[in-house]
Amino acid sequence: MSVAQIGQSVRRTEDQRFVTGKGRYVDDIGRPGQAHAFFLRSPHAHARIRRIDLHEAQHAPGVVAVLTGDDLAADKIGGLICGWMIHSKDGSPMKAGPHPALAQGKVRYVGDHVAVVIAETLAEAKDAAEKIVVDYEVLPAAVDPAKTQAKGAAQVHDEAPNNTVFNWHLGDKAATDAAFAKASHVTTIDLVNNRLVANAMEPRAAVGDYDSGTDNFTLYTTSQNPHVARLVLSAFIGIAPENKLRVIAPDVGGGFGSKIFIYAEETVCVWAAKKVGRPVKWVAERTEEFLASAHGRDHVTKAELATDAAGKILGLRVHTKANLGAYLSTFSSSVPTYLYAPLLSGQYDIPAIYAEVDGVYTNTAPVDAYRGAGRPEATFVVERLMEVTARQIGMDPAAFRQRNFVRSFPHQTPVIMCYDIGDYNASLKKALELADYKGLGRRKRESARKGLLRGLGFSAYIEACGIAPSAAVGSLGAGVGLWESAEVRVNPVGTVEILTGSHAHGQGHETTFAQLVSARLGIPMEQVSIIHGDTDKVQMGMGTYGSRSGAVGMSAIVKALDKVEAKAKKVAAYCLEASESDIEFKDGRFTVKGTDKGLSFGEVALQAYVAHKFDGQELEPGLKEGAFYDPKNFTFPSGVHIAEVEIDPETGVTRVDRWTAVDDFGVLINPLIVEGQVHGGIAQGIGQAMMEGAVYDQSGQLVTASYMDYRMPRAEDFPLYQIATTSTPCPSNPLGIKGCGEAGAIASPPALINAITDALGHEDIAMPATPQAVWKAAQKTVHKLAAE
Amino acid sequence: MTTVNLTVNGKPVAAKIDPRTLLVQFLRENLRLTGTHVGCDTSQCGACVVHVDGHAIKACTTLAASCDGASVTTIEGLAHNGELHPMQEAFREHHGLQCGFCTPGMIMTAVDLVQRKGNHLEEHTIREELDGNICRCTGYHNIVKAIAAGAEAMAGQVSAQAAE
Ligand code: FES
Ligand code: FES
Repeated sequence: MSVAQIGQSVRRTEDQRFVTGKGRYVDDIGRPGQAHAFFLRSPHAHARIRRIDLHEAQHAPGVVAVLTGDDLAADKIGGLICGWMIHSKDGSPMKAGPHPALAQGKVRYVGDHVAVVIAETLAEAKDAAEKIVVDYEVLPAAVDPAKTQAKGAAQVHDEAPNNTVFNWHLGDKAATDAAFAKASHVTTIDLVNNRLVANAMEPRAAVGDYDSGTDNFTLYTTSQNPHVARLVLSAFIGIAPENKLRVIAPDVGGGFGSKIFIYAEETVCVWAAKKVGRPVKWVAERTEEFLASAHGRDHVTKAELATDAAGKILGLRVHTKANLGAYLSTFSSSVPTYLYAPLLSGQYDIPAIYAEVDGVYTNTAPVDAYRGAGRPEATFVVERLMEVTARQIGMDPAAFRQRNFVRSFPHQTPVIMCYDIGDYNASLKKALELADYKGLGRRKRESARKGLLRGLGFSAYIEACGIAPSAAVGSLGAGVGLWESAEVRVNPVGTVEILTGSHAHGQGHETTFAQLVSARLGIPMEQVSIIHGDTDKVQMGMGTYGSRSGAVGMSAIVKALDKVEAKAKKVAAYCLEASESDIEFKDGRFTVKGTDKGLSFGEVALQAYVAHKFDGQELEPGLKEGAFYDPKNFTFPSGVHIAEVEIDPETGVTRVDRWTAVDDFGVLINPLIVEGQVHGGIAQGIGQAMMEGAVYDQSGQLVTASYMDYRMPRAEDFPLYQIATTSTPCPSNPLGIKGCGEAGAIASPPALINAITDALGHEDIAMPATPQAVWKAAQKTVHKLAAE
Repeated sequence: MTTVNLTVNGKPVAAKIDPRTLLVQFLRENLRLTGTHVGCDTSQCGACVVHVDGHAIKACTTLAASCDGASVTTIEGLAHNGELHPMQEAFREHHGLQCGFCTPGMIMTAVDLVQRKGNHLEEHTIREELDGNICRCTGYHNIVKAIAAGAEAMAGQVSAQAAE
């Protein structure tokens, strides 16, 4: 392997272990003497627990212990927390009920944790769980987010009257109302952003371990942010002080947000390990993933757009009810508020915006971040409004967007964000060409001849990534700072270890980060190792979500590399007997300006450790530097996706015929990996738009709790995507990176629904646009066409 | 308890097991071959695909006892003498994986697909045949490309072997 370059599609180094079956996921870890945990879950959406009889289960074969919420309380183990404080518009703090890891007196959703059985084998734990007798007083359940605030609805928590956690707002209501009053056209739409289950292919898992000799706990967990997990488990839940708790997130099989959060099962495993004096292992079955991992989206929204006679947008007004489920998950309150409403300006110059959001409790699984988190919901609102408005005022949807694009930067929106850079028209123009927009009429006629309906839809999205300036998010209610850390350890032989607070669970950091270091230090990539996911190795970090690991995580590495280079120059200056200001570093060599005297990076590293050539009192030996990088601003990836579909009105089957994506991610480190991120995001977005939906029945039973009922996207559902990029390098970080992990999932749902409604000739369809829904909607189209 | 005798990745294995032990449990827990994964509980995701007597099967819905006398190949048995199988190499070359969790099942399915349908695979054939394998990361785009390329490369491998 040679020295890598920025912008090179280097093949991933981590793949060697994954393609040979040598990945090491949590379920692959076995600790000597480990016992297995099985959680008894509530079969009811809402019930009071009158009594739990554990006797028979405790004496079943192989059982080590049966534990309940009473045991947690007796050990003074605290409840799970929500780390983002939201204030309602009247200034009052959000109203949250307690969230015990094992139920205390009440269960609030199907899948809620009633007790844990720990046994020699999983089969024995399951058998014993069946012997637990729970006397439930079943209560009425509040399931529908649109109705949960109504008088007479069941109350999920006494602390939150009318099931309202907060009634929050953003923007200038008076200015927005005034804009609407002078509008020549107002578009009004009602939208449901369907509830989804993240469904990382690796189910969540945990192994808790306790060493009584040292009083140290270790938790192996499927986490996107092991450091935050340690912080929460220590400081809030009270498992052990941070110096006594090690959290390891080894290879993690996808996250998409769902593995950010600190859950009941992981908490119980690490606590129980000490209690039973054995390592305790739990691995979710897929059904448990459906029941008890945080879900995503689930908004009910009314949205309005005001335009003038020339097609310029005057204002946007939104009211959203956001389902938060039965308990507030770790970051749930931030998703429908600060990750949502600040994106409602889209790519457009909108003078006035007002958003009101009710965060509501229901007797359903907690809802939190899922790929995009808030931004797909905002993009769905904006891009559906744009398309519908263009149709209603008789403008071409591309031209209507162009008329309203933000064109000068920086651009301050009325909803917090200050866009630093972009060229929205460049992406649109490129996308129109690649999608052969001009040929659409011809293709529509061809489809019509076959009795098929063809449609094309746009989505010009923007997202806020690179989360986030710590002070800014602190002022908005975040409980943590959102910087990132890095440490560069140069070994005496010139090999390098990078310790990062980012965590990879599919993103390919081991390659991309090593590529950056290789290019910067001029050393071959195989001389660079990336270390992450272990709190004993990396001291502190904030983890990976919100497309932040390039923009924030790599910026931290750059900052630490700057320090390494500065120190190495000092060492080189001593060795080369030159002044420090005359030392240049290029292509892995330190040279004295204007001479051929020089040393390689490795030679300087060795000298730094040997420390013979300089006075140890003047210059410290060694070559190891750390950095914390706090971003200056969010980054704003943007782009245009164009979907083209063909619908068979007889069957309702929608075929995605073409997909064009033009994204502006700023500078790309590894285009191959970036494209992969876009592919995956698009597939998840198409899944949301056409297939996926988590459905609870009226009693609160999750009727889509397996792959038999929850329609996961398959290979057959997609065309080959046509992907391209434009680039306006981000001015807010040293690498010019914007972030690419969520773009596809943010952009694609409205593009697809816009395409389907274009084909149908009416707006009457909701997500997921399944064949059944499309068939129903197409009947209206067919009747209309017949009448014409 | 029941006794099973089978060959796993070319090595004979004999064990006394609980008759309800699934093949995937046997491989992962008894033999510590953890490359075969479990992604679901309804036999849908394909993370657990291995070959039994040369055919792809889902190890999560197969009893280990029913494989008595059979020859099992797992992802760990695909590479030879430290050299990746062409399908493994194609997944790496075409970025056909991200988190890697679905990958062993995908590769085992792909090899079986080539054995059944030949080395020149149309895009739609590959997509259709992947019905029993779910990937949440890649959007399948690069998996499809990898399988097409891997299939072609396997033809080269067969002719190279024949020439030897
Ligand atoms: S684990 Fe076998 S099909 Fe999912
Ligand atoms: S690579 Fe992650 S599920 Fe396929």
